[in-house]
Amino acid sequence: MIKTEHLCKRYGSLTAVADVSFEVHPGEVLGFLGPNGAGKTTTMRMLAGFVTPTSGHASVCGHDVETDALAARQSLGYLPEGAPSYGEMRVSAFLDFIADLRLLQGARKRARLDYVIERLELARVLNQTIETLSKGFRRRVGLAQAIIHDPPALVLDEPTDGLDPNQKYEVRTLINEMAREKIIVISTHILEEVDAVCTRAIIIARGRIVADDTPVQLAAQSRYHNAVSLQLADRQKLEAARAAVAALPQVATVEVSEREARLTALPRAGALILQDISDLAQRQGLQLKELHLESGRLDEVFRTITA
Amino acid sequence: MRNVALILRRELASYFATPLAYVFIIIFLVLANAFTFYVGDFYQRGQADLRPFFMFHPWLYLFLIPALTMKLWAEERKSGSIELLMTLPVKIWEAVLGKFLAAWAFTAIALALTFPIWITVNYLGSPDNGVIFASYIGSLLLAGGFLAIGSCMSALTRNQVVAFILGVAACFVLLLAGYPMVLDAFQGWAPEVLINAIASLSLLTHFQSITRGVLEARDVVYFVLLIGFFLFTTAVAIDLRKAD
Repeated sequence: MIKTEHLCKRYGSLTAVADVSFEVHPGEVLGFLGPNGAGKTTTMRMLAGFVTPTSGHASVCGHDVETDALAARQSLGYLPEGAPSYGEMRVSAFLDFIADLRLLQGARKRARLDYVIERLELARVLNQTIETLSKGFRRRVGLAQAIIHDPPALVLDEPTDGLDPNQKYEVRTLINEMAREKIIVISTHILEEVDAVCTRAIIIARGRIVADDTPVQLAAQSRYHNAVSLQLADRQKLEAARAAVAALPQVATVEVSEREARLTALPRAGALILQDISDLAQRQGLQLKELHLESGRLDEVFRTITA
Repeated sequence: MRNVALILRRELASYFATPLAYVFIIIFLVLANAFTFYVGDFYQRGQADLRPFFMFHPWLYLFLIPALTMKLWAEERKSGSIELLMTLPVKIWEAVLGKFLAAWAFTAIALALTFPIWITVNYLGSPDNGVIFASYIGSLLLAGGFLAIGSCMSALTRNQVVAFILGVAACFVLLLAGYPMVLDAFQGWAPEVLINAIASLSLLTHFQSITRGVLEARDVVYFVLLIGFFLFTTAVAIDLRKAD
């Protein structure tokens, strides 16, 4: 379990993190969201024992990060922001160095090295120095060092930053696989990532937690939750269709996109309007290219909450 | 101790992974020999000893050692790798000691590579090899003192040039602590006890007493305490300002 209690960090008069408390249990993947400068990285650094909290406590698997620092660090795999490492070292030497410091030995060390090299597809670059690697490979080397000792808890600061879509998919698959038995905290500002890997999301703004829920529940806070979006085949009928949809009793407002010939109808609170709109389209003989129900837009919720 | 050894090995390997090691060793050897022969009048003195060789070591180290230590911590801060190192299950003193010992081992290698001059002087005459041995130990201890000071200065900043300048300045002050250039600043207002205490901190005085051939306990203890003090200060500086 990763646990924080009233965690605070102040730099002089600047408060980076103010009173952050949460618990993460095995099997959970917690997504840490927030605008830049909201305190995500500072919170993660306090979990990893790099930044000392001004007040409050944090613990990893029961080990306090301040009073039982070495045990806490040994139970944690940590990917710092930007995946820093030693540029002049070869990938193989670097992973070997980390494995040694993580107390891996003999056959187990060999097996873990083989696993991370295979899993993060590093075989091709083993003999290259880290400074010559692309951003994507550097990030994967950073991930490899974080999981090399098979820790029960993982804190990953922007694990997919700089990766291409295929690599992002691979890393998300890896996180999902590890999620079953591990405690995972990731920070990200890519909202699609939250849907892809997180079972829970915390949104932090100006150092405070402003939302803590499952991604589905968060998206449900969106005014687009249960909105119906329809795209017309015939652009000429857009205005007539808009008027008809807006006239439906359960529809609150209608947004129009001329370019796409698309209408988005937002329901009144709690109303379900898909059936009404589909009936309307049939009655009026509207030719539809697309009709779908929106579950809510996380980015809109994010903007509303953190603005 | 295992972690100290692991960090030592990584650091030492990293010296040789960049041109720094080779540039340092070549410049050190060239300057050490040039000073010995041209400024120290090695031949003209007509004496079979290495005094003119060791005489210039403090001045060589004054600029070369801070150049070696400036990156020790400043670079870790700059590149962010300090965040990796300090979140691994490693104690701060293990990292401080590992890095220091790697730098010391490296200077020991550079110093060992001056062996041709020892062969030369033995070929030309019959020097007192005991004095030469003591001088090598003295030179290594002096380098260790400078390295510890440089490590501390590097821990204070993320800028390598600042670390270098602070290192040279701090080494210079401690080198000449027993000489008027430093003591005059205290003369007239500080009590006699303090002035004597400062004078006794002089690196140069202790180094010269060793190179005269007497490897006294108090000189060795002085260097060990000096190294210990500055390494301790390094650890405190890192601990207080890890993330800055």
